[in-house]
Amino acid sequence: MSKRKSKESSGANGECVSQVQKILRERFCHRSATGKLFGIERQHRHLLELLKRTTVHGESNSALIIGPRGSGKTALLNHVLKELTEMKQVKENLLEVHLNGKVKGNCQFFMKNHFLSGLLQTNDKVALKEITRQLHLENVVGDKVFGSFAENLAFLLEALRKGDRTSSCPILFVLDEFDLFVHHKNQTLLYNLFDISQSAQTPITVIGLTCRQDILELLEKRVKSRFSHRQIYLMNSFDFKQYIRIFKEQLSLPAEFPDKSFAQKWNNNIQHLSEDKTVKDVLQNLFHYTKDLRSLHLLLMLAVSNVTVRHPLIAASDLQEASKQIRMDSKANIVHGLSVLEICLIIAMKHLNDVYEGEPFNFQMVYNEFQKFIQRKAHCMYNFEKPVVMKAFEHLLQLELVKPIERPSVRAQREYLLMKLLLDNNQIMDALQAYPNCPTDVKQWAASSLSWL
Amino acid sequence: MNTRQQSKIIYSWYGSPMSSDRKLRTLQYKGIIIKSERSRTETCIQLGDFILVEGENADQPFVAQLLDLYEDGAQEKHAVVQWFSHITEIPQNKRKLLKREVSPQEVFFDQVSCYDTDIAVETIIKSIMVIPLHLGEELPISLNKEQIFYVKQSWDGKCFKALSPDTFSKLKEASKKGGGIPNSSNSFIPSDIISPVKKERERVVRSATKPNNVELEIESKHSASKSSLAKERHSQRVAHGTKTPTARKKLELNSPTRSKDRMLGCEVLELLDDDCDNVAPLEPSATKRKVKFTGILGSPPKIPCANDKSKSISDTAEHWQRFSDTIQLSPYSKVKESSEKAKNLHTKDDTISLVGHQKVGSQSPVLTPRSRRICAQNTSARIREQISILNTLELNQEEDFLSSSDDSYSSSSEDDEESDVLCTPEKKTKSSRVFSTPKSSRKSSVHTPAKTLKKTPLPGTPKTPRNATPEIPRRSHATQKPASILEEARLRLHVSAVPESLPCREEEFQDIYNFVESKLMDGTGGCMYISGVPGTGKTATVHEVIRCLQQAAENDDLPSFQFVEINGMKLTDPHQAYVQILELLTGQKVTATHAAVLLAKLFNTPGPKRKTTVLIVDELDLLWTRKQNVMYNLFDWPTQKHSKLIILAIANTMDLPERIMMNRVASRLGLTRMSFQPYTYKQLQQIISSRLNSMKAFEEDAIQLVSRKVAALSGDARRCLDICRRATEICEFASRKRTPEIVRMAHITEAIDEMFSSPYINAIRNASLHEQIFLKAILAEFRRAGVEEATVQQVYHQHVALCRIEGMQSPTVSEIMAVCSRLGACRLLLVESSNKYLHMRVRLNISQDDVMYALKDE
Repeated sequence: MSKRKSKESSGANGECVSQVQKILRERFCHRSATGKLFGIERQHRHLLELLKRTTVHGESNSALIIGPRGSGKTALLNHVLKELTEMKQVKENLLEVHLNGKVKGNCQFFMKNHFLSGLLQTNDKVALKEITRQLHLENVVGDKVFGSFAENLAFLLEALRKGDRTSSCPILFVLDEFDLFVHHKNQTLLYNLFDISQSAQTPITVIGLTCRQDILELLEKRVKSRFSHRQIYLMNSFDFKQYIRIFKEQLSLPAEFPDKSFAQKWNNNIQHLSEDKTVKDVLQNLFHYTKDLRSLHLLLMLAVSNVTVRHPLIAASDLQEASKQIRMDSKANIVHGLSVLEICLIIAMKHLNDVYEGEPFNFQMVYNEFQKFIQRKAHCMYNFEKPVVMKAFEHLLQLELVKPIERPSVRAQREYLLMKLLLDNNQIMDALQAYPNCPTDVKQWAASSLSWL
Repeated sequence: MNTRQQSKIIYSWYGSPMSSDRKLRTLQYKGIIIKSERSRTETCIQLGDFILVEGENADQPFVAQLLDLYEDGAQEKHAVVQWFSHITEIPQNKRKLLKREVSPQEVFFDQVSCYDTDIAVETIIKSIMVIPLHLGEELPISLNKEQIFYVKQSWDGKCFKALSPDTFSKLKEASKKGGGIPNSSNSFIPSDIISPVKKERERVVRSATKPNNVELEIESKHSASKSSLAKERHSQRVAHGTKTPTARKKLELNSPTRSKDRMLGCEVLELLDDDCDNVAPLEPSATKRKVKFTGILGSPPKIPCANDKSKSISDTAEHWQRFSDTIQLSPYSKVKESSEKAKNLHTKDDTISLVGHQKVGSQSPVLTPRSRRICAQNTSARIREQISILNTLELNQEEDFLSSSDDSYSSSSEDDEESDVLCTPEKKTKSSRVFSTPKSSRKSSVHTPAKTLKKTPLPGTPKTPRNATPEIPRRSHATQKPASILEEARLRLHVSAVPESLPCREEEFQDIYNFVESKLMDGTGGCMYISGVPGTGKTATVHEVIRCLQQAAENDDLPSFQFVEINGMKLTDPHQAYVQILELLTGQKVTATHAAVLLAKLFNTPGPKRKTTVLIVDELDLLWTRKQNVMYNLFDWPTQKHSKLIILAIANTMDLPERIMMNRVASRLGLTRMSFQPYTYKQLQQIISSRLNSMKAFEEDAIQLVSRKVAALSGDARRCLDICRRATEICEFASRKRTPEIVRMAHITEAIDEMFSSPYINAIRNASLHEQIFLKAILAEFRRAGVEEATVQQVYHQHVALCRIEGMQSPTVSEIMAVCSRLGACRLLLVESSNKYLHMRVRLNISQDDVMYALKDE
């Protein structure tokens, strides 16, 4: 009886769990506009007002949204745009009612977005083509083949010049990775966009998104003069308490979750977690490293993927595990998988680094060092042939634990190529601690630095 | 190509000087002979004739009446003309004054004073007919659009008037002399005198079309794409009826105006295509006979002229003498020209009487028959052209020939039918064409039949609508009107809002105005260089000047001028400047190199009736190229004698000419320079106040604060306006709940802080703990090493040490690398590429003091 019951509940649980996974993963992976914004109400209002004025009054503007990566620049913009479209629907409905069919098809705030990314539109020519496409001007041109960049530019400028503030539909240009547009030749595109935004032509608003704080210094003086100097900074300026609250909100299930009781249970669990000491430690640690929400999402993602039917609620240990995974040192991890010979070579390099204070070394020096160790200390180590040692050394090279400081040339012999070790002493020692079945004399050799000589 | 073509046309005086002016050292003549060496034709144009004069655009020559011809002391040949304006030359806004449709054949007697009536003889293309009509009269229908123009009204630059009786009668007389009576008419001369000098077998009566000409034409047409002059000239001639068969190439070069003819050609081509396999050589005798017929058909209008030619004949006798050999070659033209040549008349006798009889019957003897003749000629010319295209196909000529000969026979013998036949019948004209030029067509076109065939369909389908006008869709609802005083103020403070006047730039305005005005008055050219930092109103002032000048020109205080603007930043390549200038001047779209040639020609040759051009070159420094040829040309043109070009060059740096220009460019730029100083705070204050226009939106002190701040920073008016605009927004936010208020000092300060405060301090304060520790570690490492650069490894050791002091868990290397790259992306740090891992070098992008200041406060 009880067995069957548990089976049933597990079936129901399974559905819930998959639902939870779906909801939360979507939340963490998609930078959808549905998510809430944290701690940027001021910026939000500024941007919203700015875009609203463009749509309502046909006022031209330009602005930059500046903030470190993962600070929610795009999310902010998407959020604002969504709000705007919702608002227009509201107004449109009102108009429909009052003016009774006077509004046809298009809405009052008909607006176009231009998403240009500096990573995709690598030069002005490509950017112009993309603008033309997004403006749906290419059908006006008929089958005109855009021969030259010059023609294209003249064409677009003419199109934009034709409009005026009161009658043309305002256009919003969004330049993602704005800093990359700055490197285009003469900054032609930026000059023209800003120039239009400062003259009585088609109303346009130019929004640039960038993570570079020194962006204004990159603008050419004429371009800079035409830019309105509106800068919206996103700084992740929340403290740890808010961070915990964000954590809670990100994990909580929405009220419209089908299984109310499960949602209740889940949310209670999250509430408990947020007060848990170990969880707080984990979060504190992450918070100290980075404040951006993307890394928090990554952590939560790992934790959420541990949720199964048997283990339907997130535990503190899940978060701890996830945190450990995130904090893992990639290079040190590679060392765990090396052979004893390769470890010995790395230790030899470490000693060379200590002796010569970080000067580059070559294979011959490493080999000599290794030989010394074999002759004097090693009791259980087999004395490998030189070619075998060479092979091991090349393996390290392939793993990029060692890096040549100059390009390998045909003339230089491989043994004498100068190298540098890409590991720090701390990393080596940590890796050795965790290395399974490490011979004790090797361990001693690693620890003893110069004293054994 | 250009020069070669030019050299082939020789202008010489007709007769000896009529009179001479000792003082002016001019000799006056009564006629000029235009001789084209390549086509071996001569045309005589005399005083009172109507002529076409080369315009700046190949498609649109000017119409004028020749009033005087003289040679000046420098042996240069000049002509004085009375202009006629085509409708396209009349400003758009004035055209509606006419209140009626204007046919493209109508011209207006031009009384605008500002045009130069003295032109160089070399610009005369050919003679035409201009016929005065009363205002109510309909334009007689005629197909020959290129040769006959009608004048109904005069145009004095402001309004249209009916022709005064005096002018009317004078024109009437001139046109009669010119067109109505063939013998005396000089305007006839071109078509009639022009006679085949070549020893070609086909002595086509249609003397205007010479087979040898044909080849030349092909050639020149071909090159027309490169040489505008050639194009002009030849397209003229072609239009005139000289269009000749073998111009195969013409099809490819399909110019928009001709497209109709082309289409026709294609059709004919298709028609004839079927017959192409049967090749039937023509017997020469047949050709000749045919030829005669067409000639007769063409000649009727001439007969009436024969009677009252006598006096002009005596004048021209000498002239004819020179032509005698030519005349002998083409008896018919001679008949037309000189009635004295009786024997020629004999040969024609019967035909002439026939036609003459018919002539009498028609009601407007002077006009209609002639126009008909012309139209027939024209159509025939077209068809001939088409056929020539096709002649490769070797039409079944015999059949055609026979049928057409029948046709023409019957038509010429039956009086009533004749006119019909002359006017349109496709078949007849077509066949006559075939007869008149079979040899030449075969000769020239046989060699590349396949190619011709392939090419023909192409021109018919222009793939680019040249005049596609892109447009941003309209918004479906009007913009909201500003509701509050702050919104109103914001609207006025937007940089794009055009103020009624430009305060604080009166002096500069006056200087530029005077400069341009004086040049305009003199009809000369010149350059002015204007410099100043961004946002000091250079472009705005220049535009204001142009606006005032245009106003003055409209009020007739100044000669009118053309205004062209280019902006270095809006060009993708310096050489595109040529293309843009040419397009704005004449509407032509060509490649950069070709545009340069055309512009050079335009500015270097004396252009009659050309207005002065005012050219604004904004952002001049971007027109810099290694050879500096763009700048050189720009500044060289105004120094030419006839250029009538005024250049206003604008750039940011005062010493641009010295810094980046070669000596020869700088010297051409001249010394007329002006620099716009940055605005002082008083001026900025005035600018804001004038824009606000006594609206109470700002506190006085607030305005002063902005002005002082901006004046201290850059003196950029744009910045000033932007700050004010932002301040109104801040004010609006702040006052949302309470009563609306005006912008105060606090708002301004906030706006300024927002715009000018360095973001770095804030960015550091908001960075995560380890990011801050990393910065501290960098500072510590710098202090330790004494060098302002460190590797990540070194900083890492410092970082670990700092963490130990603070009792924190020390980070792994991966974490440190992540922190470092995050800071690098924000440009708080300058970092090398990350593939060096621990050995990548790090530098601070801000001063150490700033970092310390930012970190200390915590």
